[in-house]
Amino acid sequence: MNNKKKMSFGAKFYMVLVYAFLYLPILVLIVYSFNESKSRAVFSGFTFDWYAKLFHNEAIMSALLNSLVVAVIASVAATAIGTLAAVGINAMGRKMRSLVMNFTYLPVINPEIVIGVSLMLLFVFLRFQFGLTTLIIAHITFDVPYVILNVMPKLRQMDAHQVEAARDLGCNPVQAFFKVVIPEIMPGIMSGFLMALTYSFDDFIISHFVAGPTAQTLPLAIYSMTRKKVSPEINALSAVMFAVILSLLVIYNLISARRERNKGRAGR
Amino acid sequence: MKSKLPSLPYLIWMAVFIVVPVGLVLYFAFTTQDGAFTIENISQVGQYTGVLLRSIWLAAVATVICLLIAYPLAFFLSRTRASVQRTFIMLVMLPMWMNFLLRTYAWMTLLENGGLINKFLGFFGLGPVQMINTSGAVVLGMVYNYLPFMILPLHSIMVKIENTTLEAAQDLGANWFQSFRRVVFPLSLPGVMTGVTMVFVPAISTFIISRMLGGGGNSLIGDIIELQFIGASYNPHMGSAISLVLMVIVLLCMSLFNQFDSSGKEGIYS
Amino acid sequence: MKNNIIEIKNLVVDYDDERVIDGMDLDIGDKEFVTLLGPSGCGKTTTLRVIGGFVEPTAGEVLFDGKDIKALPPHKRQVNTVFQRYALFAHLNVFENVAFGLRIQKLPEQEIASRVQEMLALVNLSGYEKRSIDQLSGGQQQRVAIARALVLRPRVLLLDEPLGALDLKLRKGMQVELKRIQKSLEITFVYVTHDQEEALTMSDTVVVMNDGVIQQIGSPEDIYNEPINAFVANFIGESNILPGIMRRDFLVEFGGAEFVCVDKGFDKDEQVDVVVRPEDVKIVPQISGQITGVVESIIFKGVHFEIGIDSMGYHWKVHSTQSEQVGAVVGMTLTPDDIHIMRKMEGEK
Repeated sequence: MNNKKKMSFGAKFYMVLVYAFLYLPILVLIVYSFNESKSRAVFSGFTFDWYAKLFHNEAIMSALLNSLVVAVIASVAATAIGTLAAVGINAMGRKMRSLVMNFTYLPVINPEIVIGVSLMLLFVFLRFQFGLTTLIIAHITFDVPYVILNVMPKLRQMDAHQVEAARDLGCNPVQAFFKVVIPEIMPGIMSGFLMALTYSFDDFIISHFVAGPTAQTLPLAIYSMTRKKVSPEINALSAVMFAVILSLLVIYNLISARRERNKGRAGR
Repeated sequence: MKSKLPSLPYLIWMAVFIVVPVGLVLYFAFTTQDGAFTIENISQVGQYTGVLLRSIWLAAVATVICLLIAYPLAFFLSRTRASVQRTFIMLVMLPMWMNFLLRTYAWMTLLENGGLINKFLGFFGLGPVQMINTSGAVVLGMVYNYLPFMILPLHSIMVKIENTTLEAAQDLGANWFQSFRRVVFPLSLPGVMTGVTMVFVPAISTFIISRMLGGGGNSLIGDIIELQFIGASYNPHMGSAISLVLMVIVLLCMSLFNQFDSSGKEGIYS
Repeated sequence: MKNNIIEIKNLVVDYDDERVIDGMDLDIGDKEFVTLLGPSGCGKTTTLRVIGGFVEPTAGEVLFDGKDIKALPPHKRQVNTVFQRYALFAHLNVFENVAFGLRIQKLPEQEIASRVQEMLALVNLSGYEKRSIDQLSGGQQQRVAIARALVLRPRVLLLDEPLGALDLKLRKGMQVELKRIQKSLEITFVYVTHDQEEALTMSDTVVVMNDGVIQQIGSPEDIYNEPINAFVANFIGESNILPGIMRRDFLVEFGGAEFVCVDKGFDKDEQVDVVVRPEDVKIVPQISGQITGVVESIIFKGVHFEIGIDSMGYHWKVHSTQSEQVGAVVGMTLTPDDIHIMRKMEGEK
């Protein structure tokens, strides 16, 4: 029965205020991305110039490519390592499991800056050349816990007898793993992967310490742009990113809404 | 098929890239450039007491403001239809996917002396008000960036509070305020703990927000650490010592939060 | 004249443009055990929530002791609710759950302790004070929910399918216990269930509902023996419902024969529904039967056999303590008291 009540006027008003707070700054950036003048103080006329400049900016384009490479490689590797780890941890005894999980939470609760400098110390200590490799290693390190934390609950929900049933029906352990366990925990793996991908793509703080001077990712490039006092290309970049994220979200929601509807129909 | 073996690659990875680096921070914190043992670095951290206290203070203020803003929002949302909730939670997450540097940059535009807010005030003959490069701007930047981290855990714990539980409280004679104080708040406590942690930890250790919105005069502990590793005053031994202190502060604060609620961990991670 | 504690007058409730309760009139007597019975979605829970103050009526009146309580919020009403899935407070232990309402009333600690103890004793949970809710079994949680509501000494206790989550044996036990509690405390119980057996065992008055409309109000015996229409007959217990024609007063034709009955006042040759309970049909040798049929199936049910008999295309359900052979031709007889005549429901063909 539907007993969710309608929201009061006060509650609605409050929500409008909070969402305005969240979106107004972004809206301002987008509006100014069409501003002819370099100044942030006046809106002198409409232009697409900053978008053209943005797409011809070598530094940004190569940083974008680097970001994609690092994020994809790191999140794929983290998903593999993390999924296997979750399966193994799940098989551990209670004490061992909580010990390992406490270490797993460490990168999640430790301040990012501390993770960044500690990895930097390691790479200096091992005399690694700073570059894409160190970036990828660092990203895998902070990505893996998110995969584990997403996969673990799915494993725990899973009916332990499913594996036994698969073995009973003739699967060897590896077959049982790929035919039964993996499909069952797939939603967790996917959300872990997506989380890792976005964290990787977005990371600035840890990358700041392990990238070295040559390997720029997009957030690092953005950082050096914000150091210059006025750079309207940032506005254009923000607008582009916002548009991309928004359309991805809308597509995702449309797909999941349709899937839900289909499910509802099949269930009837 | 109860094998622990699949976790081996992770255990090795964790040992090399999590445990060893933290060990290195410890090692560097207690050694000189020649590798000799010293407590000089740690005792030197004392000179940054002011910065440390400011970091804790500003992060705490930002956390409290986030909680005050997020709590009613999360509650109102949790009482709406599932489809409405999904849309509005997406809208909370959307800004998170914009890089936080861009979001912070947006506030630079707004807060500047010749920025939009001051222009707006100018229409009414007010200002200009000095907003950028103040500690208030730093707190604002923290609140803006980390507010979603407070809303999301609060919301996810509150949707688990069933309407009938609230009705039961009312049924037993509790008015609006009493059912909040005796039922909603205690039940939402694990979410509050998670939210507080997720806002406080990045806020206390940030160095970008303070640099972009606080100008030179509002350095936080994160800025000091960054300067020891990347900036002009390169000194990883000193930097490690400060990092160690920061880590201890964070862990202390977190165990303090968790004191409030013994089942906190389950609430956070399950 | 019964002394009514709750009077519902012409109640209408709409949810999202859908009419859930459509013009309901119901009087609930003081110290009465009233059960709202019906299939899911019939509006019984909504009725309860209107009394509890959780649903605002679209139209109509709800009187408590003769006074309109429409504007009264739930926490100011003299009724308490036992919720469907108990809605216990997970962050409080057993004692504190029961003490909740007393603490709201800011009673002295000593009185709280003694009243909670008294209630826990009433529901057989003495000694469980310090337990946390998730350490309790379903049946124990149920008892806490009842104690929590009763400790406030309400005039009326509302129970929303309180036994729905329990297994059969526990449910039977709780039925007896709830009845005992109601008798000993002398308060009004308004009980919602979709289980007809539960309704018949416990209630003083049963209110059968369907599609937001009351079908019949009566004592369990009335409801069972004199169902007012085919819906009630079907919902309350098993029955054979056959189309029939009222030939004249006290004579009805159905199932291929004419039977003497106790009903009158119908039009001549009026189309009616005839209800015959399976246990009222007597199986006799073929020759002495009023109608005859072929045994199709026999299921052993413990106390009796459930025998399916095909007679002129109608499949009779008969309860008998004696078994028959599948395929045997048997006769059946009915006495006038066994035959219940009902007018056709409106809107039915």
